[in-house]
Amino acid sequence: MDLFANLAHGFGVAFSPINLLMCLIGALVGTLVGVLPGIGTIATVAMLLPITFGLPPVGALIMLAGIYYGAQYGGSTTSILVNIPGEATSVVTALDGHQMAKQGRAGPALAIAAIGSFFAGCVATVLIAVLGAPLTKLALAFGPAEYFSLMVLGLIFAVVLAKGSVLKAIAMIVLGLLLSMVGSDIETGASRMAFNIPELADGLGFATVAMGVFGFAEIIRNLDFGAEMNRNLVQQKITGLMPTRKDLIDSAPAIGRGTVLGSILGILPGGGAVIASFAAYTLEKKIAKNPSRFGRGAIEGVAAPESANNAAAQTSFIPLLTLGIPPNAVMALMVGAMTIHGIVPGPQVMQKQPDLVWGMIASMWIGNLMLIIINLPLVGIWVRLLRVPYRLMFPSIVIFCAIGIYSVNNAPVDVILAGVFGLVGYWLIKHDFEPAPLLLGMVLGPLMEENLRRALLISRGDWSVFVTRPLSAVLLAIAAGLLVLAVLPSLRAKRDEVFTESES
Amino acid sequence: MTSIRSLAGACLAALCALAAPASAQNYPTRSITMIVPFAAGGPTDVISRIVTAHMAQTLGQSIIIENVVGAGGTTATTRAARAVNDGYTLITGHMGTHAASVPLYPKLAYHPEKDFEPIALLAGTPILILARKDFPPKDLKEFVAYVKANAEKVNAAHAGVGSVSHVSCELLNSILGIKPVGVPFNGTGPAMNALVAGQVDYMCDQIVNAVPQINAGTIKAYAIATPERNPSLPNVPTTTEAGLPAFQAQAWNAIFAPKGTSPAIIATLNAATVKALDDEAVRKRLLELGSVIPPVSARTPEALATLVKSEIAKWTPVLKPAS
Repeated sequence: MDLFANLAHGFGVAFSPINLLMCLIGALVGTLVGVLPGIGTIATVAMLLPITFGLPPVGALIMLAGIYYGAQYGGSTTSILVNIPGEATSVVTALDGHQMAKQGRAGPALAIAAIGSFFAGCVATVLIAVLGAPLTKLALAFGPAEYFSLMVLGLIFAVVLAKGSVLKAIAMIVLGLLLSMVGSDIETGASRMAFNIPELADGLGFATVAMGVFGFAEIIRNLDFGAEMNRNLVQQKITGLMPTRKDLIDSAPAIGRGTVLGSILGILPGGGAVIASFAAYTLEKKIAKNPSRFGRGAIEGVAAPESANNAAAQTSFIPLLTLGIPPNAVMALMVGAMTIHGIVPGPQVMQKQPDLVWGMIASMWIGNLMLIIINLPLVGIWVRLLRVPYRLMFPSIVIFCAIGIYSVNNAPVDVILAGVFGLVGYWLIKHDFEPAPLLLGMVLGPLMEENLRRALLISRGDWSVFVTRPLSAVLLAIAAGLLVLAVLPSLRAKRDEVFTESES
Repeated sequence: MTSIRSLAGACLAALCALAAPASAQNYPTRSITMIVPFAAGGPTDVISRIVTAHMAQTLGQSIIIENVVGAGGTTATTRAARAVNDGYTLITGHMGTHAASVPLYPKLAYHPEKDFEPIALLAGTPILILARKDFPPKDLKEFVAYVKANAEKVNAAHAGVGSVSHVSCELLNSILGIKPVGVPFNGTGPAMNALVAGQVDYMCDQIVNAVPQINAGTIKAYAIATPERNPSLPNVPTTTEAGLPAFQAQAWNAIFAPKGTSPAIIATLNAATVKALDDEAVRKRLLELGSVIPPVSARTPEALATLVKSEIAKWTPVLKPAS
């Protein structure tokens, strides 16, 4: 078997002391980057890339890859503990993760996030090794029309994210879509809603808005009068660090579904881990017997998105390794890292650089193993962090958020913007608007707009492309079906209301 | 009080006057920052890193690369234009930031000629005319005839407004007198993905990204827009050979300093750059990237000033209607 020979070769490369060390450094840095809110993987990989100039290429890439998937492990930590997502991919984890923490179940939430990530990481590694080449077809089959239809589906799913009013959720999605349109028009380069502020020319950063409406707003809310009780609750009611048997049984199918969804979405160009985590969460809520548990501490709501984001982070290597084309910004930096070392990735990189490709694949499994060994014992330490007095914790969180936001673009304006969004976010929380649909709107917005315009440019304005291309048609049909399903019960409920009123 | 203050002011002025020539003579006494207006790992970044690594040895001080991205590289260039002109902040400018930006961004906060001192040309990456592998034309002549005949049908991918692939394709289209539909992508990666998948017809792109795809047969190349063939693609003819000599384009990269940097510092930096370009190891790495190393005559600050002037003149008529 070729595969086993290749894998054996890969493990031989990955198990060399230097590469093991690189893998460990990557996993550690990744965990740290994930834990620190605001400091994202793109900024970190970009900052560390030059350092790899002097390292052997295989080791350098193993380390950079470790940072990327390692951050998916760490990202959930602050989401769960303090309701501040460490990474864009962990935004949805905060929804149920923090509720679990409030119920004294921060330990099980953190542990299940690590276990889910490990399972997803192992499956995704096998996928890359076994099905990498055939899965490449998926990346090529997804053109602008298919992508637009997928985003429509995502938008319909987005409504499910809301735990309260559907109308308010839709309002937040639309606001998110609007915010995503700030910046340069992709086709003409014209400036939109930038108010002649040069820093807005490239649009609002996702991290800036997320740190504002989640991070800063959460801190303001916690300092709010009356939040005292709530805080003490989180600090005192800590029960068990590890998930119970029931937790594991409940999460197992969610982890499986999250892994499958994440693996598929990771391969698609531009999509990746953020959409995967949102999609996995909405899927769990949609198919749950009792969806009302979500948003109130359902362990599936932590297990599924955390598995999905890790799976997606790893399968996004497939187009890079088989086609030589980076599907997202972090992978583009990986191409950069290869270029710095004189390796130009392309369709033949697997044949020409077996050491690099198979060494990296093998290192992913080793890295995942290291990460779970690092992360499970950390659960106890993280939970203990909850006992840190808030007068010490809040200033440090604010400082880390500010450093993180600044480091994305080295732009002071971003920090100010995050502060403004903090105030906006506080107002929204006070009026029962939830920030998660807003952020999903921001993620989906540009992808939807750009692919709609690309699809129509290529078809010369012919809208039928969306239904004549089979993949796109199927996605739209699913979206339409979901919409009908979503509308039907509310229609029925209204009818019931009418009846009860007439009876009384 | 006023007298003390004015005295202090005078002393300060005197100190500055003393310090300025001293720093120019001993230059450099501390590390130098090189702003790169694009993300780490891109062609401009890699070329900058390879050359500055050697320059640092010559100068005896480290050169720190700072990647500042945004607005097609103009954010970084604006910052460099406003930096202190003491020779410790430099920028790797390129075809986009120091030429095409002039017609593309009417409110540009700097002018490539008025706000910068040219130091030296580094290396250029040639532009190729690429197409999806099943695009009907077999060679450049057929391509020209085909796109002219099917101007209503063909579309051209590019990596975003202001990118090298965008402006060079605009140049090609203006030479051919056609206006195909331009399909914008976010970066060369997604644009190349669409070309490999056959979703778009053709694209102009830098050689670095294209060579492995061409060799694997996932896309095809009609011509290279340089006077000579490139060693990494010996079978791809030049535009001159293939019958379209008017299309000449190269994504050149060059070092600039803020206006008013002392001539002595510029001479020191130019000498260090030229020495790096003559180094065997540096040349080898640059050639591996498919880059074109400038001939000796093109390496002076004066030659770079002429290049910037001619490039602005070349791109302005092509891009003015586009913006």
